[in-house]
Amino acid sequence: MSDSSDHSALVFGLTQEISSVDPHEDTDAATRSVLFNVFEGLVKPTTDGEVEPAVAQDYTVSDDMTEYTFTLRDGITFHDGNPVTAEDVKYSLERSAGIDGDQSALSAISDISTPDDSTVVITLSAPDSEFIYNLTTAILEEANDAQQADNPIGTGPFKLTEFEEGQYLTLEKYDGYWNKDLDYIDEVQVKFVADADEAFMELQSGSIDCLQYLTKDQISSVGDDYNIITTTMMLVHGLFLNNDYEPLQNKEVRQALNYAVDRDAINEMFADGKGMIVQTHGYPRITAWYNKDTEGTYTYDPDKAKELLADAGYADGFDLEITVPSNFTQHVTTAEMIAENLKAVGINATINSVDWNTWLSETYQNRNYQATVIGFDISSLSPATWYKRYYSTSDNDMTNFASTEYDSLYDQAQQTTDNDTKKDLYGQMQQILTDDAASVFIQDPGDFIALNKRFTGLKTYPVSALDFSSVQYAN
Amino acid sequence: MKYFIKKIISLIITLLVISLLTFTAFSIIPGDAALSKLGVDASPTAVENLRKEYGLDKPVIVRYGDWLADALHGDFGQSFKYSNKSVSELMASRLPVTVLLAVMSLIIIVVVSLPLGMLSARFSGRWPDTVINIVSQVLMAIPSFFLGIIITYVFGIVLRVFQTGGFVSPDKDLQGCIRYLFFPAVAVAIPKIAMVVKYLRNSVLSEMKKDYVRTAYSKGNSDNQVLYGHVFRNALIPVITFVAMVVAEILAGSLVVEQVFSIPGMGRLLITSISARDYPVVQASVLYITTIVVVINFIVDVLYQLADPRIRYA
Repeated sequence: MSDSSDHSALVFGLTQEISSVDPHEDTDAATRSVLFNVFEGLVKPTTDGEVEPAVAQDYTVSDDMTEYTFTLRDGITFHDGNPVTAEDVKYSLERSAGIDGDQSALSAISDISTPDDSTVVITLSAPDSEFIYNLTTAILEEANDAQQADNPIGTGPFKLTEFEEGQYLTLEKYDGYWNKDLDYIDEVQVKFVADADEAFMELQSGSIDCLQYLTKDQISSVGDDYNIITTTMMLVHGLFLNNDYEPLQNKEVRQALNYAVDRDAINEMFADGKGMIVQTHGYPRITAWYNKDTEGTYTYDPDKAKELLADAGYADGFDLEITVPSNFTQHVTTAEMIAENLKAVGINATINSVDWNTWLSETYQNRNYQATVIGFDISSLSPATWYKRYYSTSDNDMTNFASTEYDSLYDQAQQTTDNDTKKDLYGQMQQILTDDAASVFIQDPGDFIALNKRFTGLKTYPVSALDFSSVQYAN
Repeated sequence: MKYFIKKIISLIITLLVISLLTFTAFSIIPGDAALSKLGVDASPTAVENLRKEYGLDKPVIVRYGDWLADALHGDFGQSFKYSNKSVSELMASRLPVTVLLAVMSLIIIVVVSLPLGMLSARFSGRWPDTVINIVSQVLMAIPSFFLGIIITYVFGIVLRVFQTGGFVSPDKDLQGCIRYLFFPAVAVAIPKIAMVVKYLRNSVLSEMKKDYVRTAYSKGNSDNQVLYGHVFRNALIPVITFVAMVVAEILAGSLVVEQVFSIPGMGRLLITSISARDYPVVQASVLYITTIVVVINFIVDVLYQLADPRIRYA
C-alpha cells in the first residue's frame, strides 16, 4: 500500500459520527477535534495547553483584567478569500454567546467595540484572568450568516469541501492560510466508521491511514505499514463516586476505595502502562495548573482499605453498583477490574451497564447512581471550568461533592487576577479533592495512534484536536 | 378491488398503531435527544432551549398529534442529530443503497438456490442431495454478521480483492458501488440461499407425491419433463412467499450487515438515530419498514394468484 510518492488524501478513521459542522454548537470531543482544522479563534490552543494568537496578531490585557484588546492579523482571510474584519469577530462572538445562552463563558462580555477594521476591544463585566481561554471560539464570516450551519467558512489551515452525513467529511488545504511557515498535506478525508473493530480492519486493509485509540493488542498486529504515536487521551479517568450515597458520605469509606483500587493494573490493561496515574481531578500534561504533590497519596493497599472500612463501621462491606456506559469497552473493562478490587476488600460491587444516552440523562444529569466509570475531557483550557465540577452548588457537580473550604478557594480563585496566586489556589483545591477522596481518580489513559508511513508528523494536543496541518507526506 | 381496499385500510391501521407504539416506547426509555446532542459539558439552559426547539417539552400525546398532522402532509420533520437535514432528505439518500443491496442479494439468492434446490430434489437421497443438504444445514446456522466478518477478513485483509470500508455512493460511481456491495450481498444471501434450497427441495418432493405427477408419468413424460414442466411451477408457490419475506427483511435494512460493512443504508440510519434518540428519523424509518412488510405481503398474494389461478381473494 505504501507507494513512496503517493500523495493522495490522508484518510482518518473516526469511530464517532460528526453530526454538525457548526463550530458554535456545543458538541462532543470528536467534532471539536476535527473542526479544529477548519476554524480558529482570536487565539488557538498550543501543544502544551496554553493559547497563542491565531486570527489576532497580538493582544493586550488591561491591568484590571477587564479589557482585552486584539489586533487582527494583517492580511488574514476566510476560506472564500474575503478579509477577516473586526465586525466578523464581533458577529462571531455574539453568535456563539447567543447559541450557548446565559451560561456561556462568553456571557461575561459586557461590550465588544470595533474602533477600526482590525481592532477589537472586549470588555468584561468582571475581572477574569482566564478569559483568554474562551476566545478560541471560532471566527466565522458574517456575510455567510445564513449558511453557517451547512457551509460554514472559517480561517483554519483546511477548508471543509464536502460533508456526507454518516459517511465522511473532506478537508482541503487552504492555500491562503496565514501561517506560511507550515508545510502540510493537501487533503484529508475523515471517515466515520461504525465501531472500533471495523475501523481496525479498515486500517489493516489500507482503507484508513490513521486511527486513534488502538489497544496494545492491536498495535502488535498492525503491521509494518504504520508508525505508532504514543500519547494520552487527555481525560481524567476514574471511578466517580456519588458522595450522597449513604456509605459514600463517609470520607473514610471513600478513602478506603482509593486504597482498594489497583491503578497500575488498570493503566497496564488500558495502554501497556503508558497512561499517567493521577490522584486528583487534574491534567498532568497541562503543567501550568496541575498539582503534582497529590501524586502517590493512595497506594494500592487492600489491607489499609479494609482497616478504613472497619473504622467507618463497614467491616462487612456494603453494596455498590457501578454504572458504566456500554459503548466504551475500555470503561467497561475498567469497571470489571475495579469490581474485582472492591470485592477483595469486602465491598459487594456490581456492574450496571447502560447505553450512552441513559448514562447522560440518568447518571450525569439526574445523578441517579452510586458510582460510575467515566473519563472527563476538557472543552475549555480554562481551569475554572474544570473545577466548577466540584463546587457544591454547581449544575455539573455530578459527584455531589460538597466542601465549604473548596468552595471558598474557588471563589477566591475567580477573584484573583494574578496567575501565580491562582495556580496556588487551584493547587489547594486539587489537594482537597485528593485528601477528601472526592472520587477514585485513576489516570490520564495512554493512547496509541497508528499513522501510515506515507505520512509523518501529527502533533498531539492536551485538548480535543487533531492537527492535520502538522502532517506531511513522507516522500 | 375490494380486496385491495381492505389491504389499504389494514395498512393504514397498522401504520397508525406502529407509529403510536414507537412514539410511546421512545418517550419511556431513558435518554434525551437534546442532551445527546449537546453532551456532557452543555449548560442546563442550552439543553432546555434545545428541548424547546425540538418540542420535547410538550406532553407525549401533543407531540404525537403534531407529528401525525405533519406526517399526513408528507412532512416528517427535521432530524435532531443531523440538524440541517430533513428526514425525507436523509432517507432519500440512504434508500437507494439499501435497495441496491436488496436487489443484488435477491439476484444471488435466486440464481444460486433455484438450480441447487432442483438438483437436490432431482437426486433426492443420493449423494448430490446429501452434500447440498449438509452444506446448507451448516450455512443456515451461520449468522450474516459473522459471515460478514469472515468475508471482510478473508477477502479484504488476506486476499485483498475487496476494499474493506471502501464504500462509494451509487450516485457518484454506480459501478464501484455495485462492486463494493457484492460481498455484503453475498453475506446476506448465503444463509438465505441455504434456506431457499431446502424449502424448494422439500416443496418439490411433496409435489412429486401428488396425483397429477402420476398422471404425467403415465402419459409417458420423462423425469425432467415432469419435474420442469409440471412440478416446478407448483413447487414454486411456497418458495415465492419465502423469498418475498427475505426481500422484505433486506429492504427493511440489513442492520447488522450494513453495520459490519460500513454501508450507509437504512439499517445504519436507524441504528444511529435510535442511539441519538433522534425520534423523527426513527418514526419515519419504522413507518418505512412497516410499509415494506405490508406491501410485500400484498405483492406475494398477487403472485400467488399468478402462479396458481385457482387462488382468488374475495
